[in-house]
Amino acid sequence: MTDAVSARERILARVRAAVANAPEAPAVARDYRTSHTADDPAAVLGLLHENLADYRAHVHRTAPADLAALVAERLAERGARSIAVPPGLPEAWLAATDAVRRPDEPRLTPYELDGVDAVVTGCALAIAETGTIVLDGGPGQGRRALTLVPDLHVCVVLAPEQVVASVPLALPRLDPGRPLTWISGPSATSDIELDRVEGVHGPRTLEVILVTGD
Amino acid sequence: MGMPSFPKAAHDAVGDTTLRANLRHATHTIRDKRARAVAELDDWAALREAGKRIKDETLRRLDTYLVRLEAAVTAAGGTVHWAADAAEANRIVAALVRATGETEVVKVKSMATQEIRLNEHLEAEGIAAYETDLAELIVQLGEDRPSHILVPAIHRNRGEIRDIFKEKMGSWGRPAPEGLSDTPAELAEAARLHLREKFLRAKVGISGANFMVAETGTLVVVESEGNGRMCLTLPETLISVVGIEKVVPTWRDLEVFLQTLPRSSTAERMNPYTSMWTGTADEDGPRAFHLVLLDNGRTDALADEVGRQALRCIRCSACLNVCPVYERAGGHAYGSVYPGPIGAILTPQLRGTSSEIDASLPYASSLCGACYEVCPVAIDIPEVLVHLRERVAEEGGSGHRLEKAAIKAASWILDRPNVLAAGERLASATRKVHPKRLPGPGARQWSDHRDLPELPAEPFRDWWRKNRS
Ligand code: SF4
Repeated sequence: MTDAVSARERILARVRAAVANAPEAPAVARDYRTSHTADDPAAVLGLLHENLADYRAHVHRTAPADLAALVAERLAERGARSIAVPPGLPEAWLAATDAVRRPDEPRLTPYELDGVDAVVTGCALAIAETGTIVLDGGPGQGRRALTLVPDLHVCVVLAPEQVVASVPLALPRLDPGRPLTWISGPSATSDIELDRVEGVHGPRTLEVILVTGD
Repeated sequence: MGMPSFPKAAHDAVGDTTLRANLRHATHTIRDKRARAVAELDDWAALREAGKRIKDETLRRLDTYLVRLEAAVTAAGGTVHWAADAAEANRIVAALVRATGETEVVKVKSMATQEIRLNEHLEAEGIAAYETDLAELIVQLGEDRPSHILVPAIHRNRGEIRDIFKEKMGSWGRPAPEGLSDTPAELAEAARLHLREKFLRAKVGISGANFMVAETGTLVVVESEGNGRMCLTLPETLISVVGIEKVVPTWRDLEVFLQTLPRSSTAERMNPYTSMWTGTADEDGPRAFHLVLLDNGRTDALADEVGRQALRCIRCSACLNVCPVYERAGGHAYGSVYPGPIGAILTPQLRGTSSEIDASLPYASSLCGACYEVCPVAIDIPEVLVHLRERVAEEGGSGHRLEKAAIKAASWILDRPNVLAAGERLASATRKVHPKRLPGPGARQWSDHRDLPELPAEPFRDWWRKNRS
């Protein structure tokens, strides 16, 4: 690959020549806000709820004891008969549903995933100001394809520990070495006369369950 | 191939009333929503300044950050390739696809691959490249060219889209359903079914990236539909072609751009999906990842002390949506994948100004300043336009061919009272932010000691109509 090496050297040499006489760039000022929200867990959770709903996610709140029943209800309501199950998902979350479980071990093929109605996952964290859920492939979340191919995604957020107010507060808590997926509402397009339509390729329906209190 | 120059192409576009109505509806809708999304953040000015400075620092030490990025991507299991120009990038990508034994690839919308005309090159090599963004699909099926950075099919209305789907889907794969109506929901569903077949069997995906983090080797793709996630996740091999200016130094820098990009672009607090990946991951996503770093004229732009600020662009398209010239002329008139105000300054720097269209682009503006005001990385587009006009005029010296092209573009705007009036009105509305001095090195001697006349609160034309007719 001598060619590739020379392209690398050529480009770097051009870059160096191009900026050789440029003045130093002024230091980056970070005097923007770390958060735009009051430091109050209830207010942050309320904002998360509101912003998720504004982007057409269906948001529910529950206490830990009622989680399994709510998961089962959401799946039944949407007519989901089969669910993809990521490794490490707490067994208790699915205790009340009679949907067929399709564990992702060994990995389901894309076609098998396409035949599954729903997926239930946890998350790495949620961002209130933007109405965003972040998945990092950790236990109970699984690989990225799991939350992409099935048409219904039921996502469980544990409050307050998994909820942050803002993007600047989220990044330090995430590991860039993991594949990350940020989800803000269900898949959507505005390509046709800017009319918003939900569900093009990702899940058409996003159900978010905020688990609070004990 | 001879692209028509801006005035010729714009002249034809303005005669197309459907196109003008589609564009007007679209740009005004996004424009109003954007203003609301931005108003939610009371530190917008500080975020904008930080974004500008992060990019300036990146550009000043671009060599360092590129080498750092390369090391981080390699350490995470990716392979980095360098391409000095379009031909080199196309060769690299085609060879990578051939090595997989595949003859089909699925693509995420990417300006960089459009810029190098990758699809055409792959086709010549016997490789079919499927665009998977809904708007790109509309453009590809319609054998058309994109006309907007963000909404490439902004020039098509629902009836036209239905006709394209009915006529063309069948020859590329699954045909459109019988009796397809023109409601956006049904059209999107037809696209979902048509493309799902391709996603599920795809072995090679091709993408660009919105950001590359030098510190960690992380690539970021921001999207809405999930087609990006499909292409980045399901195939076994992923090839990303990314302009060298897309690098940012640190992981933390994303906190600025992930706040400013979605709000400036689709006017959302956050776009529906953002994917971040660092090299390859066990058991999740592609097993092979190739990053192709593309120069293709960017180092020429970097060498221009006024023009290099165009490389700060994060392709949000806010400047297109406020531009009175873009709104009337449409994206095709700019003869480049980069239309609108950013296209008018980026294209002549990437391609040079030797062709008639490229020489006319710096004149395809009324210099109203609205583009500068909305730009989330504070690119002073009017300043660069004036600077490039000087360059074109200097180069035009002997044959006058370039000067003629330029004068034609300027007079196209001066001849169109509507465009000019819109420019003036916006200029009045934004006059508080106008520079007090003329931009450009030539102007400095003159304006260093004089203030520019302030713009009147009301354009003369409006005043005349109200008071004298
Ligand atoms: S020049 Fe500024 S406003 Fe225009 S697309 Fe680029 S970043 Fe956005």
